[in-house]
Formats: sequence, structure tokens, C-alpha cells
Amino acid sequence: MAYTDKVIDHYENPRNVGSFDKEDPSVGTGMVGAPACGDVMRLQIKVNEAGVIEDAKFKTYGCGSAIASSSLVTEWVKGKTLDEVKQIKNKDIAEELELPPVKIHCSVLAEDAIAAAIADYQSKHSAA
Amino acid sequence: MTLKLPIYLDYSATTPVDERVAKKMCDCLTLAGNFGNAASRSHVFGWKAEEAVEDARDQVAALVGADPKEIVWTSGATESNNLAIKGAVQFYKKKGRHIVTISTEHKAVIDTCRSLEREGFEVTYLDPEPNGLVDVEKFAAALREDTILASVMFVNNEIGVIQDIAVLGAICREKGVIFHVDAAQATGKVAIDLENLPVDLMSFSAHKSYGPKGIGALYVRRKPRVRVEAQMHGGGHERGMRSGTLATHQIVGMGEAFRLAGLEMASENERIRGLRDRLWAGLCDMEEVYLNGDFEQRVPHNLNVSFNYVEGESLIMALKDIAVSSGSACTSASLEPSYVLRALGRNDELAHSSIRFSLGRYTTAEEIDYVIALVKRAVGKLRELSPLWEMYKDGIDLSSVQWAHH
Repeated sequence: MAYTDKVIDHYENPRNVGSFDKEDPSVGTGMVGAPACGDVMRLQIKVNEAGVIEDAKFKTYGCGSAIASSSLVTEWVKGKTLDEVKQIKNKDIAEELELPPVKIHCSVLAEDAIAAAIADYQSKHSAA
Repeated sequence: MTLKLPIYLDYSATTPVDERVAKKMCDCLTLAGNFGNAASRSHVFGWKAEEAVEDARDQVAALVGADPKEIVWTSGATESNNLAIKGAVQFYKKKGRHIVTISTEHKAVIDTCRSLEREGFEVTYLDPEPNGLVDVEKFAAALREDTILASVMFVNNEIGVIQDIAVLGAICREKGVIFHVDAAQATGKVAIDLENLPVDLMSFSAHKSYGPKGIGALYVRRKPRVRVEAQMHGGGHERGMRSGTLATHQIVGMGEAFRLAGLEMASENERIRGLRDRLWAGLCDMEEVYLNGDFEQRVPHNLNVSFNYVEGESLIMALKDIAVSSGSACTSASLEPSYVLRALGRNDELAHSSIRFSLGRYTTAEEIDYVIALVKRAVGKLRELSPLWEMYKDGIDLSSVQWAHH
């Protein structure tokens, strides 16, 4: 269970921890995972009128790699458009954090969280 | 006095060898020491080794109220469990092919039973009650006409609960079922008197009681006589039940460790109970903290606690200054929460959130105070990060949430 320095850094100094108002129309919320599996990630994005993510927040219940994956994602999505963010793949996260094979599912979960947050944001806007 | 980090609180995993034990062991290794083969009958080297081995056998027997002739040396409790269970059912299989055990047993018992299932034996894995203890009525009801063996551990390795071996054994006696007890976690913690306990086979380990790893013993009752078929064949050592040259230094270490356990058990248990209660008092005033396993029927060394809404592996990461183990087996890459806690009916969150603190001979009050402060800080930090904690604080019932399983 040797964690890389990058995982430990995100775990010890997680970036962008917190919550936005879920009801705010500019906010997209993605919650993925399940307590039964030992990890739940909640990623929130705040999108401006130009379609750019201007802020992001997360909370994660899970192992150090799950916390690091979601913390990293909040840094990566900021300043990007929704289309650009869709290009972030679990492989990129796993490579950046140098996750071992048993922890790849943490990066998959982080990719799922991005997709879920975007889907939530878009559902608010297609309905309007 | 400065605190030495990391602090070892994983005595149920293994214990350091006591200095007094190590000294005795070192005397049985080199040319100047007692290095002979106990099976050598033709010279003094063999006789001296045999004498040391038999002295150790007396010491082990004395701790558990057995006759030395009832003690068979093995490589550890895993081997003892294998020899007891496989050996007995193979010997008595003409009488029946059914085995009863408990779902919270150590893997050395569970997996041995699983392998016997593949050989055509039938096994009932009985769930304990939510406090970890076996219900006597349910146990009695599980024994059938064709049951030949029951296996119940004395002290659970994860949650430290003590089963009522005397009562369970009496039921087995009455029904003519061989009763095996894995006592790896019990020696030096619980008084054992096999002269009066209705137990036929009992497994012991040295390294859980300040002896060396790689040595254990199996108690095999002589009156009434219980037979086991050997699993290790060779020179016919240990009255044919377990062949292999006896490891004098290991055996001497186990003997001395068990002798010390007998001498110091009462005072040591009292001291450790004080420390354990101090630890629990320091942790239990936090919100959503749960003790796993019965508090009363429990060895003083063990505290197994679930910190709800915090995941066990991340908590262990935050507790890097203390050596503890997590009920969440995520650390061993299986992602499964503890099967023991699941068998108690603990929900997934609680099973994933558990930490086993196990205290021992060298634990100090200063260490416990440090651990309390560290755990409180870590749990507070991780709960700030936890969406489940936030939901709980918002009054959301987590069992009502549709989770996206992956």
C-alpha cells in the first residue's frame, strides 16, 4: 500500500473541498459510487454563461487514491469548457497520480463523476 | 520521555518476541548451544535437545491445564487448525460427513472447511449474534445425527469476543461430536483449563503471545481419546501425528513465552484493560462511533471501532503514526469489507469504517493519549471531506439513496 507523493499531497492537502447549492442552475452535481463499494465521490461544477467551468468542489468518501483522484479533477476542470472536460479520461488521472492497478477504479470513478456532473448541468438547461 | 513513533497497536496480528524468550531461543542455535536433533537417540546432543523440547511441552501444557502428552508441535495455529479439522474428519468420516463452524472463524478454519466441502463433506457456517457471540440454542440445533466435528474459536481475532467454550463443548460432548477450538488469540488472555473444559482439540500459536513465529501446537485429548490422521508424513515424530525435525529454538521460545504468559496474565490483563478502557473513553464521546463486538465478553486487548462515514483505508492513511489494522480489506486489494463485521449484520458503511486497535505488553498510557488525539483529528478531517457525513448532517437517510453501483 505504498502511495505516491502526488497521492499523499492531494490526500493531505485536498484542493477545492466543499459544496455548492445543488439547486443553483449554474451548478452541475455528480455523485457516483456506493458506500457498499467503499467509495462515494461527489463532484460539483459551476458553469458560467460562456459554458466555461469557473469553479469546482468535491467531497469524497473513500481511500486515499479516491480522494486524490477527485481533488485532482477539481483542479483540471477549472477554466475548461464542458466539451474540453469530456476529454479527461481515467487513464490521464491514473497516469498523473501513478495509481497502481488495484486503484484504477478510483480514476474510473472520477471520470464517471465528471460525466455525471455535466449530465446534471445539461439536464437543468435542456429542460429550461 | 519522548514518544517513539510509529506506535504499535496491532498485537492481534503478531507480538514482538519477549526479550526473555529471545534469550532462551538464542541458546539453542550455535555449536556452543543446544543445537542437537531431539530425535537423535545415540548421543548427548540429541538427549539435551529432547530435554529442552520436553520442558517446553510441559510449559505449554501447564498454561492450558493439559497433560504434556496431549501437546503436538506444529508450525503454527494455521497448521494446527488444518491438522485438527482435516485429521479428525478423515479419521471419523465413517460416522458422518457433516461439520459445524461459525462464519466469523479465522480463514485457516473457514478455508479448511471449504476444501473439505470439495472432498464431499457438508459444512454449516453458523452466523453469530450481532454482538459476535454464538447463540447456544442455534448451535445445538445445528448439530445433526451425522455431525462429526464442530469448530469454534475461543477469541475472535478481529473483534476480540470470547465464546462460551464450556457450554458449547458440553453440547458437543452430549451429542458425541468432536469439538475443536482455535485458541490462537486466547493464550495469556483467557484462563484455559483443559482438564475441565470439554474440548477435544485445541490450536495454539506462539507469536500471538510474545513467542516466535513459525511454531504452534495442537492439543489432542487422551481421555477420552481423540484420533487425528496425520497430514504431514515422514519420520513419525510427535507420535506419528506430525512428522518433521523439531525446531528446538522455536519450541523453547514457545515454552518460555507460555510460561511467562501464565505468570503474568492476571496483572497484565488488568493493566491492559485499564489502557483499553482509557482508549474507548477517549473515542466514544465522538458522534457516530460504534464498538464492534460485545464489550463484556471480550479480551481486554481488543477495541474494534467503526467511525461512521469515514472509509477505513483513508483513516489508516491518516493514522500513519500508529500501526493498526482496518476491517476494510481494501488494503489487501480485495475491496471487500470485513466478512466478520458483515456476519454481525453491520451495514456496509460501518463495515468499511472499522479500525482494530489491539494493545499489548508494551503499550503505555502515554501512547494511548497520543492515539486518542490523533484519531479524533483524523476522523474530523475526513468527515469534512465526506459527502456521506454531510448527508447525515442534513438528515438524509443513506439507506434511501439510490447508489450508482460500479
